[in-house]
Amino acid sequence: MSGWRAWLRALALGVAALGAGPAAAGKAPAAKVEIKHFAFAPEVLTVTAGTRVVWTNRDDEPHIVVSAGNRFASSKAMDTDETYATVFDRPGTYAYFCSIHPHMVGTVIVR
Amino acid sequence: MQDHDDNQKDAVRGRRQFLQCMAWAGAGTLWLMKGGVLQARALDGLAGDEAADASFSFVQISDSHIGFHKEPNPDVVATLRAALAKINAQPDKPDFLLHTGDLTHLSKPEEFDTLSGVMQEAKAAHTFYVPGEHDVIGDNGAEFFRRFGQRQSSGGWYSFDHRGVHFVGLVNVLNLKAGGFGSLGADQLAWLKKDLASRSAETPVVVFAHMPLWQLYPQWGWGTDDSAEAMSYLRRFGSVSVLNGHIHQIQQKVEGNITFYTARSTAYPQPAPGKADAPGPLKDIAPGSLQTYLGVREVRHVRGKQALAVTEEVLA
Ligand SMILES: [Cu+2]
Repeated sequence: MSGWRAWLRALALGVAALGAGPAAAGKAPAAKVEIKHFAFAPEVLTVTAGTRVVWTNRDDEPHIVVSAGNRFASSKAMDTDETYATVFDRPGTYAYFCSIHPHMVGTVIVR
Repeated sequence: MQDHDDNQKDAVRGRRQFLQCMAWAGAGTLWLMKGGVLQARALDGLAGDEAADASFSFVQISDSHIGFHKEPNPDVVATLRAALAKINAQPDKPDFLLHTGDLTHLSKPEEFDTLSGVMQEAKAAHTFYVPGEHDVIGDNGAEFFRRFGQRQSSGGWYSFDHRGVHFVGLVNVLNLKAGGFGSLGADQLAWLKKDLASRSAETPVVVFAHMPLWQLYPQWGWGTDDSAEAMSYLRRFGSVSVLNGHIHQIQQKVEGNITFYTARSTAYPQPAPGKADAPGPLKDIAPGSLQTYLGVREVRHVRGKQALAVTEEVLA
């Protein structure tokens, strides 16, 4: 998939995640990461290429998902129960952290 | 430990003899400078004669989190206002205010607007600010520094002198690294070293920054990666006070001539280290009792045999 198409797809899925919910997400498989008690769960998530990963903040504190090394787009500040979604098209190991609570770290492994 | 250091410490202990530092309301902390030693007083409990022999005072407020609207405090504007009203009611006016960060909850322009508006109610001539991690979301602090910065350095850190005391405002909430804590960074450390180099060891120094400048509770990220380097520049001074916010409660530590203090929030308390699954707003408090969580607490330093001992006493 080209970068442009991947971007369009991520945008479409992002809109779907904000609006109609997972049912509208189309064919892309989805995987969830919960943010709770200042931790990402699961801390290491393994998915197949093309998977949409959805983070949901269950804390009363805002959190921000930021890729270490800027390898995928960062989220905005997620308030309670807000979500962020992005599609991982390329295999690899993607480390990320919360930019305002940097001791919070997680990894997405794409196969 | 070298003999020289011990001699120096003994001299300072002798000067202090019995240092009673006390505590603070959630509203704010009134800092009195007496003979080069900073002492804290609750805004409520200040006796007139205590203020009289202080050379000057200032007030620290912290973590106003404008934009936060949940339990236990759906009205953080009201509690900030109450804090400022208390400060304004002081018979001896503080020379200035320090706000040690997290002015806002999400760095939104309207949150900064609200904060600026409410701070107009302070009678003090000036408020000095340093950013919290909540103030630099999305723009690395551009909006914060545009509104509240001192413009002494491109990184936003600064220093000033006030009645013989050297004040240093540091920024430790930017360029945070995965798995790390607060961070000062090489540029800021180099600046700090230079800023302090020409000062005599007798100059009282007050350092303020948002995140604790010691490893207070690493499990919750309460610390600063390179704070030890900064402290190595400060160790030669006879009286150093380090003022932080971030953890929304009073914690205190004495290390030689350096005393570390964290302040309460004007918005909401957080749990004591390890006393909950995670940090964050302490919600499990009885309705109507928020003010008691922002109440008064006494901390007394007494001279121990080899080191300053710290005892704490809660004033119910
Ligand atoms: Cu976070």
